[in-house]
Amino acid sequence: MKKFIALLLVAVLALSAAACSSQPAAEAPAENTEAAAAADGEKVVKIGVFEPASGDNGAGGKQETLGVQYANKVQPTVEIGGETYNVELVIVDNESSNDKAPTAAANLVSQNVSVVLGSYGSGVSIAAGDVFNKAGIPAIGITCTNPQVTNGVDCYFRICFLDPFQGTVLANFASKEFGAKKAYCLSKLGDDYSGGLCHYFVEAFKALGGEVIEETFPEGNSDFTSYITTAQNSGAEVFFSPVSTEAAALIIDQAAGNGMTMPILAGDTWDSNVITNAAKGKNVKVCVTTFFDEGAESEAAKTFVSGIKEWINSDATAKANNGGNDMISAVTAMGYDAYFTALEALKNAGSTNPADVLKALPTTTYEGVTGAIAFDENGDAIRDSAFVKEVDTATGEWKFVAVQGIN
Amino acid sequence: MDFINTNLPYLLAGISVGGQYALIAIGYTMVYGILRLINFAHGDVFMCAGLIMIYAVTWMPLYAAIPFTLLMTVLIGFLIERVAYKPLRTAPRMSVMISAIGVSYLLQNVALYITGGLAKMYPTIPWISNTVTIGTATTKVVTIITPILTLLLVIALVTFIQKTKIGMAMRAVSKDFETSQLMGIKINNVISATFIIGSFLAAVGSMLYFTNYAAVIPTSGAMPGLKAFVAAVFGGIGSIPGAVIGAFIIGICENIIKGLGWTTFSDAFTFALLIIILIVKPTGLFGEKANEKV
Repeated sequence: MKKFIALLLVAVLALSAAACSSQPAAEAPAENTEAAAAADGEKVVKIGVFEPASGDNGAGGKQETLGVQYANKVQPTVEIGGETYNVELVIVDNESSNDKAPTAAANLVSQNVSVVLGSYGSGVSIAAGDVFNKAGIPAIGITCTNPQVTNGVDCYFRICFLDPFQGTVLANFASKEFGAKKAYCLSKLGDDYSGGLCHYFVEAFKALGGEVIEETFPEGNSDFTSYITTAQNSGAEVFFSPVSTEAAALIIDQAAGNGMTMPILAGDTWDSNVITNAAKGKNVKVCVTTFFDEGAESEAAKTFVSGIKEWINSDATAKANNGGNDMISAVTAMGYDAYFTALEALKNAGSTNPADVLKALPTTTYEGVTGAIAFDENGDAIRDSAFVKEVDTATGEWKFVAVQGIN
Repeated sequence: MDFINTNLPYLLAGISVGGQYALIAIGYTMVYGILRLINFAHGDVFMCAGLIMIYAVTWMPLYAAIPFTLLMTVLIGFLIERVAYKPLRTAPRMSVMISAIGVSYLLQNVALYITGGLAKMYPTIPWISNTVTIGTATTKVVTIITPILTLLLVIALVTFIQKTKIGMAMRAVSKDFETSQLMGIKINNVISATFIIGSFLAAVGSMLYFTNYAAVIPTSGAMPGLKAFVAAVFGGIGSIPGAVIGAFIIGICENIIKGLGWTTFSDAFTFALLIIILIVKPTGLFGEKANEKV
């Protein structure tokens, strides 16, 4: 009997190992075909995708990866130094965890990628910055908005705006749109993204003459009712909590349950259908700042939106990764732009050597669907406005509110 | 009055979450009482109950999904004991403990594989998800139901243990494992019954918990499980009333601390309490005295 059970356990383990190894193949079917092409003697350039596919930021990371994958489908080859290279995406999961991120980054380094894209969530990007720097591989942050990501890390660039900018925009919006004098800020303990953004929001909001109550919640917390009660009791007029979407869904749900009527404000992370799903049919008001609006007017944006919707609807895995519908998140659009920015840098470099790409990146510019992309001396994108969107709780969709600058 | 109005929501949240911890804590304390094993996988059984419910409602109506979830969770608890603990009955206690940790990680990773790592939204159970207003506090009906249901279940459980034959067997086994075996008690049935009751209560707890905090991730069971474990130790591990009272105290204190504005320390408090209890009164509030067997 004992032997039988031992055998059974071994069989189960072997099966689960087999199941695990089949997963990456399912996630990136494009890889296989390219690997086959490489065997035929065609030239291949590898682009690392450093994104969370699980953990707190898994949903957002998957959507950002979708943008990159779609871009790769649209443009699978690149002309470098007069030769055509196939682009192979190497996708790793950093598990939204600061201590797993360096391992995932090292995995990319060992696979000899020419350039890295990502990550969603600033904490993991900060944690991995050192690994990329030591290896001399350039990384292009897609939506990591914390200043620390590029600060003092020569290899890190990014195509999104920064938290000091975003925090100021949100503070202005809270004070102008809602006439708020008092704000409640909730961030996650030890989280670089929400802590940083709260810090800049508080700074800007105080400069506008407002008053702020700040609180933090620990990792793994799912009971937000006490925080919401404190916010309600304090007489705050806006609830600012730029936390991960996982916590956000809980906050929205419990805010509605507690009868909270003040508007909830957050940053780019919340521009996700996780939020619209959570807020749908509930009596809450949720506003976010973000990089891209699905209803954008430009020709490139329209082609992108219709193209990617078609792809998502035709591919079951992509649809599941996008949260089960075809709503396009800003992070997906940013992922798309990041891929083309990387191709542009490869073209300018004229080689697949990471060192050459690194040299070419500062002068690389690209006109993307989310606007013009160019880097300043720090490696940050030069951007001067953000989109403000609000959840339409009746339909469960985003509606465009305003384009807000710092002034 | 003003003081009550401001603080009522914290107290309500505390009592509610305390009731949910209590339902999990009973599972820890009963298994410990009988097997002297800390079943680390119990928090993950709780998480599995949440996931089963989520997947069950997609292909059956809600009134069928609830009993189905209870049944499946009980089955998981039963199977874990049969597969991972029973073969180790004669092994040193440490081996069983390690096996429990292994099961815990196995469940988490299976859940990670099935869900793909994304949070799953818990279905809305009608009526208990409605909002009610008590005084100045607005909350969900489940907040009020939880402590009542918890107390009813505990009374039922205590009656079961005091009045029925299998309950008597459980008490005998927890007093002396070997002697009760010699007295003809079918030890495996008693242990299975313990796991079945523990898992059942965890499943009920998960329905109440996730109705309030509606997202389930593979690690959702870790924190509530850990806190329920602290509650069980606090109340005196092995004692059912102790676990329930410990859970309520922890739930309420945690929320009062958040209400005082020390949000950063709310978790630290729980674990500091564990350390203090272990130093001052190692057997907990209602724990049995450790009698040396010679």
